[in-house]
Amino acid sequence: MSSIAEKLYTIRYKVDENSHLVIKDQEVCLHCTTKECQDFCPADVYHWVEKDLMTSVAFENCIECGTCRIGCPAYNIEWVYPKGGHGITYKFG
Amino acid sequence: MATERFDAVVVGGGPAGSAAAYTMAKAGLKVVLIERGEFPGAKNIFGGVIYRKQLEDIIPEFWKEAPLERQVIEQRMWILGDQSAVTLSHRNEAFKEPNNCWTGLRVKFDQWFASKAEQAGSLNIYETVVTELLRENGKVVGVRTDRDEGDLYAEVVVVADGVNSLLGKALGVHREWQPNEVSLAVKEVIAMPKEKIMDRFNLEGNEGVTTEFVGNTMGMAGLGFLYTNQDTLSFGVGVMVSDLKKKHVKPYELLEGVKQHPMLRRLLQGGETKEYAAHLIPEGGFHSIPPLSGDGWVICGDAAQLVNFVHREGTNLAMTSGRFAAEAIIEAHEHGDFSRAGLAGYDRRVRESFVHKDLKKYKGLHNFLRDSDPTLMFDKLPQALNEAAYQMLLVDGVTKSEKQRMAMRGVTEATGGLMSLIKLGARGWRAMNG
Repeated sequence: MSSIAEKLYTIRYKVDENSHLVIKDQEVCLHCTTKECQDFCPADVYHWVEKDLMTSVAFENCIECGTCRIGCPAYNIEWVYPKGGHGITYKFG
Repeated sequence: MATERFDAVVVGGGPAGSAAAYTMAKAGLKVVLIERGEFPGAKNIFGGVIYRKQLEDIIPEFWKEAPLERQVIEQRMWILGDQSAVTLSHRNEAFKEPNNCWTGLRVKFDQWFASKAEQAGSLNIYETVVTELLRENGKVVGVRTDRDEGDLYAEVVVVADGVNSLLGKALGVHREWQPNEVSLAVKEVIAMPKEKIMDRFNLEGNEGVTTEFVGNTMGMAGLGFLYTNQDTLSFGVGVMVSDLKKKHVKPYELLEGVKQHPMLRRLLQGGETKEYAAHLIPEGGFHSIPPLSGDGWVICGDAAQLVNFVHREGTNLAMTSGRFAAEAIIEAHEHGDFSRAGLAGYDRRVRESFVHKDLKKYKGLHNFLRDSDPTLMFDKLPQALNEAAYQMLLVDGVTKSEKQRMAMRGVTEATGGLMSLIKLGARGWRAMNG
């Protein structure tokens, strides 16, 4: 049984300095009762940080599937592709 | 780049984009293919099966040079219970000649296909994101990229930017997909010695097997797969995003859970995970297909929801739509008319082909699944079927007629009575035969 950290370790990333994923309004997350982005993301990008009252975005883990773009109940995630040549590169596909 | 003008800009180096670029370049059009990854395929995954017919229509005898994995001679369908399975499969030597389909891996395959377009004369540009479509007087006239001075002008833009299709949305041809129109598939490529694969799956030489399975997806609408490659297995499971949201399940935990099923554990054990991947699959079906062309643009492949999820067909529909788009553009080029009317040959070709007709056949299925209880369809019914098979085959002194009654009762109770089962069957049949 491999952990998500081990799984993501199999993918080659070229990380951009700037996040291609942006929470449009943290206030919306604060009032979100389900916070389902914490579960449906296959790369554990999103975490609700209780002490800061905000959703943290580990964009460097993103595998560019787009689930959060469609899955966020408030469409509160601005989602674009990483800059050309950045983000993930699969070995097998 | 700014001063150059092309006949066509193709956005996306997947099967649809490469098919379009290849077909147009071969006909002598001035084509540029733009891909955001380091190379075509860098961002792409599928189950994956590559079918002969539709690629052969583009590149005859491609199998002599294309990077393919194994020739599929057997297809298995498993209905899983918790610790059990009811299975159905078909193996046939006839699938070898002519070839029906192969397993494949997209990093190698997409690079090869895009290189064919390049050899035919397409200018391929990688590591470049198309950020928007350029428009003049309502007509698409080119693309803006994230390169410096990165505007490219063309008579027509082929939008083949995949399932997320930000360009399709920017065009306004399709609204945002709903969570019940897409599935999220998570996949692992698992390395295993060739001999072990051949022994475990009863294969000789280059033969391969595909397995699809339903059930055991925590009551979510979904399908799992296990395909044999040369010295790896492609293993994954896809579930409807709307169900994933409801159940609060982490996709990779679902994947790990399915691996523990006795039918799969034995086949996978000893293998080493070489790659984890995730991708959306368009599953809206017929009613989710957007308009396919307009003034100065066409849209192909996943970006246009051209996936037949019942038959796990996608790359072949993508390739065919790319070819049709290219053929229509070649005609438009001859007539010098890239308006919506000038490009209507694309819509017509799609409408007259298996692409449209197959999706139309299953047009009711999306609503059927949307309106059905996924725990019934993807958990209770598979369980009941397994229990029925178990009871029928268990010799324990209970009479056969009593066993048959028990088996039937189990299945009807799962659906809430005989009438409900009959109605469900009838609705399902209609949904599959629209």
